[in-house]
Amino acid sequence: MDFALSDRAAVFRADVKAFLAEQVTDEVIGAMHESGTFNDRGLNGALADAGLLAGAVPGYGDRDPVELYILFNELEKAGAPYDGLAVTMLVAGVVHSVGTDFHRTEVLEKLITGRHNCCLGYSEPDHGSDVAAITTRAVRDGDGWVIDGRKMWTTMAHESDWVLLLTRTDPDVPKHQGLTMFLVHMDTPGIEVQPVATMATERTNATFFDAVRVGDQWRLGEVNGGWSVMGVALALERGVMGGTNPAVPLLRHVRAWAETAPSPDGGTMIDDPLLRERLARTAIANQVGQLLTLRAAWVAATGGLPGVEGSMAKIFASEAYQQVVGWFQQMAGAEGLLGFGADGAAGNGWIDYDARHAPVTTIYGGTTEINRNNIAERHLGLPRTR
Amino acid sequence: MDLGLTSDQEAIREIFASFFADRAGPDHARAAQPLGFDPEGWARLGETGAPGMGVPVDAGGGGASLADLVVVAEEAGANVSPLPLVDHTVTARLLAGLDAVGDDVVSGAAVAGLAVRPATGGLARSVPAGAVAEVLVALEDHRLVVVRGAAPGEAQPNHADMPIAHRSVQDGEVLAEGPEAVAAHARAVDEWRALTGSLLVGATRMAIKMAVDYVSERHQFGRPVGSFQAVQHGLADLPGLCDGARLLVAKTAWAGDRPGEGVADMGDNEVTDFAALAAMALVFAGEAALRATDRSLHYHGGYGFAEEYDIQLYYRRVRGWAQVLDDPARECRRLAGLLLNDREVD
Repeated sequence: MDFALSDRAAVFRADVKAFLAEQVTDEVIGAMHESGTFNDRGLNGALADAGLLAGAVPGYGDRDPVELYILFNELEKAGAPYDGLAVTMLVAGVVHSVGTDFHRTEVLEKLITGRHNCCLGYSEPDHGSDVAAITTRAVRDGDGWVIDGRKMWTTMAHESDWVLLLTRTDPDVPKHQGLTMFLVHMDTPGIEVQPVATMATERTNATFFDAVRVGDQWRLGEVNGGWSVMGVALALERGVMGGTNPAVPLLRHVRAWAETAPSPDGGTMIDDPLLRERLARTAIANQVGQLLTLRAAWVAATGGLPGVEGSMAKIFASEAYQQVVGWFQQMAGAEGLLGFGADGAAGNGWIDYDARHAPVTTIYGGTTEINRNNIAERHLGLPRTR
Repeated sequence: MDLGLTSDQEAIREIFASFFADRAGPDHARAAQPLGFDPEGWARLGETGAPGMGVPVDAGGGGASLADLVVVAEEAGANVSPLPLVDHTVTARLLAGLDAVGDDVVSGAAVAGLAVRPATGGLARSVPAGAVAEVLVALEDHRLVVVRGAAPGEAQPNHADMPIAHRSVQDGEVLAEGPEAVAAHARAVDEWRALTGSLLVGATRMAIKMAVDYVSERHQFGRPVGSFQAVQHGLADLPGLCDGARLLVAKTAWAGDRPGEGVADMGDNEVTDFAALAAMALVFAGEAALRATDRSLHYHGGYGFAEEYDIQLYYRRVRGWAQVLDDPARECRRLAGLLLNDREVD
């Protein structure tokens, strides 16, 4: 095995690092946590203008997924607002893979300018992991469709130009066979976005569709072929596009805190043997998370679809993140509870932030349990349980 | 970047996978208890050239890289082979680096072993291959010494049925002194960490396979045990740990094969330093192996606890490999010193 980046990927990484060092200022990071919107069109546009974004579309252009991995890994390690960008580029990848020339011109070409966003319309109030059971209806009406229903966890809907919308077009066939995917412009009459506050700083949304009319040219994939479009979207999502190194910025914050925080046992916390052990264990988990992600990217780069590899990376990184956040919040004692802006907050509030954010990471983008099913069935060859 | 094996490594893997399975598998491991060494298997292994495979060509060896050697070690671990190949290999490489490797070590005619922890008062305690090493290398007071002669042939009774023994190094021949001795020993122990990490990966892989095979065959409540989601989910986290450990071991070997120093920047998650990676690899592979053998034994039900089933061999071996050097928590504190770079290590 060769763990060195290719010359080209190394140059790309250096360019991304230099860009982020300049652009991801404390103000940018502060604004994302203040607003709850982890998306910065100024940053996204600047990335595109610097020529760093076209490679972020899976399968598009001449970049390979290792570069895609590098971009999102560097964004994640820098603590940058990249959630909106990751979803947007994911949709760009789906459009590239299954879209028409119309979709490419009208959507993909705009997405890669960094000035437009997409959100995902999969989950509904009553349908999460069992996403194939969704009930939002799309009914034929002349040349187009009329859509009615409700979507949940439509993060960035309030920033988005389009939603990638999973609908039911045939309720009378097995659930996977009656789904159709659409790209729907968020300005279309009948769409209402309501904010959903979370226990961390990030905002998400519920989105309502009331007699929303769309032309058939906005259908993505075949009628009743929505599940195969989902398959492409899920394979692109897991592992490669960020989310597997959340404890890297945390480790920097913990170290900075520990180097000055007095230990009740004397000296500073950086000399506490248990803290040192846990810093090392976190550094190990961060390496493993990186390697499992890199492997998923490498599988994609060499022509595979890294479904199982992505599940492994996702489970490992999110579970490890939750464990280490719990360690450090407790080790910081009362100061580990203090948040952004609080006097004396451990890690300037970052430890509290990570402890608030961590629970969602084993839920969104496919729960740990769904990923375990995937590994049990597709990797271990055990029988299906559902 | 290439995360696959080379075609040469694939060939090596296949050769040694069948060698260990046929000549040094779990049945041989069971028969070799409590010493944990099968002389017949070792003699056969010598015919393959494996004992000198990692020794440089100009010292008469096969010139294999660490990246090649971890491939062999994984197969040895997968079969819990009662052969001290890892200890022998790192000791032979250490001796070769000091122009002190003999033909008997290169050929495997004499088993070599390393006291991975420094000796004190002329005694190297709990040496991993101490019961069978005819050429034993130890570090004491910044002096690297070698002791040659008959091995005791008897192990201290132990959890893992490893050939662990205490060895006197009082009358050893001095190979090197001062910083050179310390550096040579540290390098050999780091190589030991990487290769032992690979033994652990192999055992992890096989423990998962044994669990899946068992729960697929065993029926309760009229269904295969492996059809219950509780059991599936208890197994589903393990392949990621196994693959993560294999990648970390491979990266360690890659770093160890490269000349020059790497970096250990935990703030950027950029780690290419051999010593830091070697510590990570041993700790993480140990954790993965403990978890996988624990789950696998558990899903065997009562039979997992029975002497007759192989999983107990794996369960005990991996605990031996994972901690014969040190408590993993202390390894982590040592690693923290490397990552924080704020104090002397060792």
